[in-house]
Amino acid sequence: MKRAWTAVAAASALLLSACGGGGDDTPVDSAGATINIGSVYEPQNLDNTAGGGQGVTEALNGNVYEGLFKLTDAGTVEPLLATAHTASEDGLTYTFTLADGVTFHSGKALTSADVKASIERVTAETSKSARKSSLAVVKEIATPDDRTVTVTLSAPSISFVYNLSYVWIVNTAAGDLTTTADGTGPYKLGEWKRGATLSLTRNDAYWGTKAKNAGAVFHYFTDATALNNALLTNAIDVVTSEQSPDALAQFENNPAYKINEGTSTTKLLLAFNDRVAPFDKVQVRKAVSAAIDNAKLLNSIWGEYGALIGSMVPPGDPWYEDLTAVNAYDVEAAKRLLAEGGQPNGFTFTLDTPNYDPHPTAATFIKSELAKIGVTVEINTITSDEWYTKVYQERDFQATMQEHVNDRDVVWYGNPDFYWGYSNATVTDLVKQAEAAKTEAAQSDLLKQANKIIAEEAASDWLYLYPQIVVASSALSGYPLNGRNSQFFVYDIVKS
Amino acid sequence: MTAYLVRRTALLLASLALASVALFALLRLLPGDPVNALLSVGATDAQIEAARRSLGTDRPAGAQFLSWLGDVVTLDLGSSLISRLPVGPEIAARLPVTVPLTLAGFVLAVLIAVPVGFLAAYRAEKWDGPILNGVAQLGLAVPAFWLGLLLVTVFALNLRALPAGGFPPAGWSDPGAAVTALVLPVITIALVMSASLIRYVRAATLDVLGSDFLRTARALGSSLPAAMWRHGLRNAAAPVIAVLAIELATTFLGAVVIESVFALPGLGSMLTRAIAQRDYPVIQGVMLVSTFAVLAVGFLGDIAQRVADPRLLRGHR
Repeated sequence: MKRAWTAVAAASALLLSACGGGGDDTPVDSAGATINIGSVYEPQNLDNTAGGGQGVTEALNGNVYEGLFKLTDAGTVEPLLATAHTASEDGLTYTFTLADGVTFHSGKALTSADVKASIERVTAETSKSARKSSLAVVKEIATPDDRTVTVTLSAPSISFVYNLSYVWIVNTAAGDLTTTADGTGPYKLGEWKRGATLSLTRNDAYWGTKAKNAGAVFHYFTDATALNNALLTNAIDVVTSEQSPDALAQFENNPAYKINEGTSTTKLLLAFNDRVAPFDKVQVRKAVSAAIDNAKLLNSIWGEYGALIGSMVPPGDPWYEDLTAVNAYDVEAAKRLLAEGGQPNGFTFTLDTPNYDPHPTAATFIKSELAKIGVTVEINTITSDEWYTKVYQERDFQATMQEHVNDRDVVWYGNPDFYWGYSNATVTDLVKQAEAAKTEAAQSDLLKQANKIIAEEAASDWLYLYPQIVVASSALSGYPLNGRNSQFFVYDIVKS
Repeated sequence: MTAYLVRRTALLLASLALASVALFALLRLLPGDPVNALLSVGATDAQIEAARRSLGTDRPAGAQFLSWLGDVVTLDLGSSLISRLPVGPEIAARLPVTVPLTLAGFVLAVLIAVPVGFLAAYRAEKWDGPILNGVAQLGLAVPAFWLGLLLVTVFALNLRALPAGGFPPAGWSDPGAAVTALVLPVITIALVMSASLIRYVRAATLDVLGSDFLRTARALGSSLPAAMWRHGLRNAAAPVIAVLAIELATTFLGAVVIESVFALPGLGSMLTRAIAQRDYPVIQGVMLVSTFAVLAVGFLGDIAQRVADPRLLRGHR
């Protein structure tokens, strides 16, 4: 029987060793290099007006498609396909001049007709664009000549130019844009292997400054561990947005990798239903906000990363102000406020908690913090799908948690019909005035006033601002750090 | 045999029909609304209604089922609600990952389990038989994803011998890279699966070793290998084939976890994603193909069992 044993052992050894292979460590010259990017946001389809999701913005915005304007990684709005623009005195008519010599990847020259059609795709009835409602003020688009576009608005909108940075200028004659692409950007769409990769190749006929690398491959992962393992084995060069705090330890103190913390716009909210008792009382909301030690919560989840902001406005927005002192952590003040709000003995409420990280952890923390002031929290764990139906659509909740990812979204507090039901006529008016403001300075000033009121009334409790973390190989440079609105510009990335 | 084949085929078709109804009905009992995956925070009621209309989910369930069934019969699995891409080609694109993964894992598991199971039975009274059996029992308790992570840590992160996951963008047109990408997932599947197979092989072998016919054959002067080959193998095969069929089917479905751990673009990862998004046509399509595969494997297993042991047919006359 000894021989049988040996055979079994040998066979197993053979099977295990038959699998050679090895890491790909070959050095590359940077202009010819392909950048391998790891992400958890695979596009649903390739069209950002057909519910393509944030993955499509990450991979294609600024890389394959361009807008009349560009929202830079620093948060400023710069001209791109529109070299110049003028606005009429009443703020209702905008005239844009298009850049010269711009062609689509298919070779067709860009004309004002493409711009008109592209804006109309976003505002169309079938559009699923997140910008559809912001661009609802567009009344009419005219194309006096091939290089000029005139847009008439139904009301002044100072955010109009900013909003245009989300509008892709597409060749509408290109066919089905959910599976193909025809833009004006520095990269052409290579191949999209659904469930795995999406590749971009350098557009050598690009009208502007050409990309500094030969192309990029976005590798998509559903599992954060698999994503980080890919970076550790050099299968990818950079992770666009690290979602798992636990994973950072293996990159810290390792000279082969660089952890970059950028400016995030993602806020974790404890959102009260401001319509229902006892959260219809300002004092109660302030009491709950003051009773939760946000700094401790953030630290326990993200360690040294992330920030407190004390309001809905992240530092990347032009109207940011540090409001962490408003409703700062103070258990005694919380008890006093609770009594003022008519709940001296505390109360019980249900916290609808999305079932994915970090919400369950945060909910448990909030529960123990609020116990200190006699408030009992009943945690109700729900799926994101249930959240959307129960909380967002039916408003059937007392309090909930949610992360709000967009920049410039304090304006939702000006809408009394929004899911959290915050209603303050002054705020609504300030938000409206800000949108009709003549200058950006005036807009900023008005939104600062609004945000201050919102924070003082503790419309919600802004628990913390997520960190925006890009982890990359040390050999890589030129990648965007802030990933504003999920954009990830590839053209400046260099591999040494 | 012919009568049995006809009856068994009819049963296969009936199961498939029943499964399609159950599938459709179960999905619609789940809470949640596919329209949610399409819209972001800020959507108005009108947008929600429009999206629902464009998806066709505002129609009665019966009407949705009939039109789905009509399409399936013509091999049209519909289009994803989310991506708008046709489901059939999407599934076809995933099969070159899932099928080799499952089959290779299965074959490797059999290659491990048959000799090890036999040894565990043959040496049951000695020191090494119980050890083998113990290791197999232990293997049963190990979750597939944990074993996968362990293998990745050792062979990918530490030894740098194999990739940690992913599948080459070029797919099978880069056969070396494709095979390399599948090595660790295949070993993971094989190890997990062989643990349970070993127990069955061992039990079947023990039965045969203790059987009267084997003792008779030995008494008539046959050597053990000859007696095993002529009489033992067939008798041990029938129960093992039944288990193999079930195991193959389980592996096909269990690849979901492995595909996620190793970031493989297979049917499993497609299904996980579709479920998260309530993408009914995709879930239905993947489940239908999987159900068909499971039923077909069961069908083939039953036939193989009767070929190996014709005594089983007698009950059906």
